[in-house]
Amino acid sequence: MTSLPDLVCPAGSLPALKAAVDNGADAVYLGFKNDTNARNFAGLNFDQKTMADGIRYAHAKGREILLAINTFPQAGRVADWHKAVDAAVDQGVDAIILADIGLLDYARNRHPQQRLHLSVQGSATSYEAINFCQREFDIRRAVLPRVLTLAQVENVIRNTTVEIEVFGFGSLCVMNEGRCWLSSYACGESPNTVGACSPAKYVKWDKKPGAMETRLNGVLIDRFGDDEPAGYPTLCKGRFEVQGETYYALEEPTSLNVLEILPEIIKIGVRAIKVEGRQRSPAYVTQVTRTLRAALDSLRDGSERFHVKPAWQAELAKVSEGSQATLGAYNRPWR
Amino acid sequence: MNGSFTIPKFRLPAFVASLGQKLPQWPHALALVAGLNAALKMKLLPESELALLEDKLFRVRVLDTGGEASYTYANGLFRPVFRPQREPDLAFAANLSAYLQLLSRQEDPDTLFFSRELEITGDTELGLIVKNMLDAVEWPKFSARLPVFRH
Ligand code: SF4
Repeated sequence: MTSLPDLVCPAGSLPALKAAVDNGADAVYLGFKNDTNARNFAGLNFDQKTMADGIRYAHAKGREILLAINTFPQAGRVADWHKAVDAAVDQGVDAIILADIGLLDYARNRHPQQRLHLSVQGSATSYEAINFCQREFDIRRAVLPRVLTLAQVENVIRNTTVEIEVFGFGSLCVMNEGRCWLSSYACGESPNTVGACSPAKYVKWDKKPGAMETRLNGVLIDRFGDDEPAGYPTLCKGRFEVQGETYYALEEPTSLNVLEILPEIIKIGVRAIKVEGRQRSPAYVTQVTRTLRAALDSLRDGSERFHVKPAWQAELAKVSEGSQATLGAYNRPWR
Repeated sequence: MNGSFTIPKFRLPAFVASLGQKLPQWPHALALVAGLNAALKMKLLPESELALLEDKLFRVRVLDTGGEASYTYANGLFRPVFRPQREPDLAFAANLSAYLQLLSRQEDPDTLFFSRELEITGDTELGLIVKNMLDAVEWPKFSARLPVFRH
């Protein structure tokens, strides 16, 4: 019998957290209501009380709460990030997901017992980097950036005792992992500085006859015909004119979806599968969690005959940005 | 609300909308505002975010019924605005089925927006605040208590 990887689901609110737990997430990841996490949007995330309620709810059902403090401390305000780490420990989260090496050091020294995970924003793509973080900060798990092929993921797993978590579903943000400044180019703010890519206050949706235009701080990002699915105007997913041709010059607005290669992911020893989308609604969390739960459960007994049910794909396709799915880097022929 | 009941995507025939436009718009506005104020009274909406709605003008348009309601939030209460004198700060437009799917948490607003079934215009950040605020509400077993549903 193969043991299944944990299903790690996002929550930006208490109802989303409950939806994740009720639909079969093994762990739920959250953030505080401030810029110590990379989904710092108005009205989203947890304060002390909602987090305490959420932790109680999850623990009562035997699930874990992981807290993301995955932005980089800004000059002069390092204390805010330290406070977030202390608060997370006080709240009793099961693990803290950190990206910054200085913060890892702080958390490890100040709270020697706290379980720490290395965030995808930490940008560790090699086992050397991961083993370094294990040696120095005793991290238990690392989340791999979405840039590795399946064979590369397997190579990392073979060469480390740190648990490996990979992305399984959600909007693609390659972020160069952890170093994308595209958003700053248009509006002076990026995920690693203010905790949000393309913050809503710079976004304008303009309905014109026959088309909708989206702008980021005045920069035209895309134009959608009336029947075309729309996407959020992040610079990487815009259509730009390059040498006389207008197309998705950086990235297609697709979602990552690993259903098809789930058996391989389990076989190579991935310890946890993560779903993107703390900014999405409880309805999204419900749909994605229950679909991935069903798919994972169908593999519970190391079943050789894994079939991706069309209903699963339909459910996931519906909630995808751009309504297109891809295996991302996992099956890319080049490295 | 009710997990075992699925609201299908539907569109009412066009004549309903043309009829709807000829009817007075105030019943929708009153019902909507009564519902929001009931949620306020039950302290379901977080105060820090409510403050960000102060004096903003909202418009909700139901495309296939031709219904439309405008309202504002001021001094701790939602109030209907019967003859808006300016463009709303935030406007929603969708068919009835999309609103029902949203309210029952059956569909995600982003999904409906990306698939162009829900149109949101105006101040994007305000839209996000409203969306996140509604997402964070823990609806109590609901239908029996809100005055809108009782009548
Ligand atoms: S511009 Fe794209 S790749 Fe860069 S942070 Fe934003 S979503 Fe990610």
